Order: sequence, then C-alpha cells, then structure tokens
Amino acid sequence: MNDYAIELSGVCKSYRFFDLQNIALRLNCGTIMGLIGPNGAGKSTTIRILMGLVYPDRGEVRVLGHCIPDAQVAAKWDIGFASDDMRLYDSMTLGWHINFLKSIYSSWDDAYAHLLLKRFGLNSEQKIKGLSHGQRVKAALLLVFARRPKLLMLDEPTTGLDPVARHEILRELTSVMAEEGRSVLFSSQNTQDIEQISDQITFIDRGRIIDSVDKELYLDRWRRLRLEVPDGVQLPTLPGVIGIRQTGRLAVAIANAFEPHLPNAYENSGARVHAVENMTLEEIFVANVEHSREEVKA
Amino acid sequence: MFVISQTDKRPMYLQIMEQMKQRIAVGDWAAGQAIPSIRQLAVDIGVSVITVKRAYLELEREGVIVTRQGKGCFVALDSNVGARIREQELAQHLEQAVRSAAMMGLSPKNLERRIRAIYERVADAEKEPV
Repeated sequence: MNDYAIELSGVCKSYRFFDLQNIALRLNCGTIMGLIGPNGAGKSTTIRILMGLVYPDRGEVRVLGHCIPDAQVAAKWDIGFASDDMRLYDSMTLGWHINFLKSIYSSWDDAYAHLLLKRFGLNSEQKIKGLSHGQRVKAALLLVFARRPKLLMLDEPTTGLDPVARHEILRELTSVMAEEGRSVLFSSQNTQDIEQISDQITFIDRGRIIDSVDKELYLDRWRRLRLEVPDGVQLPTLPGVIGIRQTGRLAVAIANAFEPHLPNAYENSGARVHAVENMTLEEIFVANVEHSREEVKA
Repeated sequence: MFVISQTDKRPMYLQIMEQMKQRIAVGDWAAGQAIPSIRQLAVDIGVSVITVKRAYLELEREGVIVTRQGKGCFVALDSNVGARIREQELAQHLEQAVRSAAMMGLSPKNLERRIRAIYERVADAEKEPV
C-alpha cells in the first residue's frame, strides 16, 4: 500500500523563459495540500506535470502509485482534475454533462450531484453557454466532486467565485476528509483559503519549492516581534530572524524559525520586547517571497 | 456552532480550543461525555484535520479531554473541569493585567488598589436596583 497520493522527486522542466527546478513533493494520503506562490511561480506547471499534461525533462512522478506520464490513463480513473482553462460543451446542458460522466464513471454519486446542484444554485437544464464565469467554475467542480475521486487536483478552484460560493467549495473540500484515504491538492491565490483548510502547505517561487511542511508547524515557526530600541542600543543579528525594519526607536523583527528564547535575546541586548505576534499566512507569504528574492539577488 | 474569526488574531487552533472549553464550561459537553472525533470536527467546522488535531492534543495535555485508544475522545472525567477552565481564564486575565501594569511601571500596591476599586464599582452596580 502506497502512503503517498503524490510523489515527485528531482522533477525539472525547462522553458525558454522559465525553469521548474528539482521539484520534490509528497502528499500523504488522507490529507489536503495547499499550493501557494506568486503568479508565474510554477504552480500550474507542477499540477500539469502531475496530470501527465506536461512531460518533465527529468525526474520521477507517481500519482496514486502510478508512474506519470506512462500510467496516466490508469491513474486518471481515480483523479478529479479541474483548472480554469477546462471547457465544458457550450451548446449542451449541465444535465447532459452529468449523464455523460455518469455513464463513464462507476463511482458517480447521483444523490451527491443533486445535492451539489442545489447547494451551488445551479440548474441542470441550463446550457453551459448561458452560465456566468462563476457558475461555470461551480459546474466544473460539481462534475469532479460527484465522481468522489480518491484524489482531487484543483488549480485555483476558488478564483472568480463570490464569497458564498467560495465557502461552499471550501466546505466540500474539507468534507472530502470525512472519508478515509481521500486526498486533495489545490492551488490558490487566496492565502486565507489555504490557511483554513490545508494540512500541508507548499510554497513555490520562481520554479523552486521554498517550503513544503505541516501547516501548524509552519505557522508556528513565524513570529513578528515589536521592539523598542533605546538610543545607543544596536539590535543584534540573531539566527532565525530574516528581517528587521526600524524607524526611530521602534522596530519590527520577522522570525521564520522562532524559538522561545528569542525575545530574551533581544531583551539582553538592551531592547524592549513589546509584543510577540503570530502571523497570518498572507503576511508570511509576502515576507517569505521578499526574503527568498533577496537571497537570490545576494 | 464553532466560528473561526478572521479578525481574531490568535491562530485557529487556539480559537477552536477556546470554543471547546466554552462548551464544557457552559455544560453543553458534560464531564466524561464523548465528543466528536478530530476528523468529524474538522469536517463540521470546515478547517484542516491537522489544526483540529493540534487543538485536541493541547487540550489533552491540559487535562481537559482524554483520548481512549479505539474508543474516541471524551471530556475529562474530572467533575470540576468547567470550574478549572474558568480558573485558567482568570489566571490568564490576571497575568495580562500584571504584565500591562509592569510595562507602565505601576507598583503592585497600586495595581492592588485599582483592582479593589473595580471590585467596589462592580459590587455597587449589582446592588443598585434598576
């Protein structure tokens, strides 16, 4: 039995203006992974490699135990994939699509499909060409969810949705976890979504994986320290601190490897620690990307 | 009903811990009662399993809940668990007050006087017929 729904190692892919470099990634079965990164970081390329839509130059890819791209047909019976460049048949109704998929996939859950129709506020008799962008996204996700696949791979599933629809989608994603052994990989520009529902967070920037870790550990490593620096005191350079901004006597230090003794170290240098704050994923995201770009420049 | 607030600065696992404690403190979850599994609560709230798992681990460490292998999670049998939670809350508030006072350079005597003043004000307010 394979413990990983997804396993990537040493995966490289070169384009003229972009390189995916040495991607290594593991998604445990029964968990949700959020893929996060700036525009053009390589999130979609990574997902497309996992789906066998793009062939890597080098490296190994396994999805649900199948080698990709060679065994992608076998793997895809159990994968539900959606991305915003996927098209449904414009002149057909949503109901036609439902019947079509029902005839292909034995795992199709008709009761669930009808429940989702109601929850998403969709009408099965409506033709796809009459749907708004948000409704099309919801229709595509419905068609994927109702198959109850072992692995959901969703490229920006919540982009362009209204807040209510977004929450419905997030709720469906977490409800997948009620059944043992099902897994989700999704990318998003919405850090709040990722923070809320992911067990594991993977950060990609400029074709490299910066971090791929347990979400709770990850959020716990980052802290913002608000400091008061009396005249004549020089803030020390401490391990685990990736940046300090100071204006006048007030300074803010960002730590990406926070240790409980860190505030004491600042106090010992003569500074006063006013607050030690947790950071949201959004704040971490910005600090992390800025930091990694400084490192690249250096 | 669990609510995860986006304006609450605390991490989600702390918010979940607090709301579980509240349920116990108000008596919705009685001592020794079975509570939802980690996975079930994660699905109910709509947050990741790992976040709820962390809340459960911390509550177990605090002795508020217990996990029995193969049987599930329960509120601790300790019949005073509600009172203990309120006691913990009070301790936290007091510590916060002392820290704030220290930062302002307030003497312990001074802080004591102010607490007493608040006490009298609250007691007066309760005596007053409305």
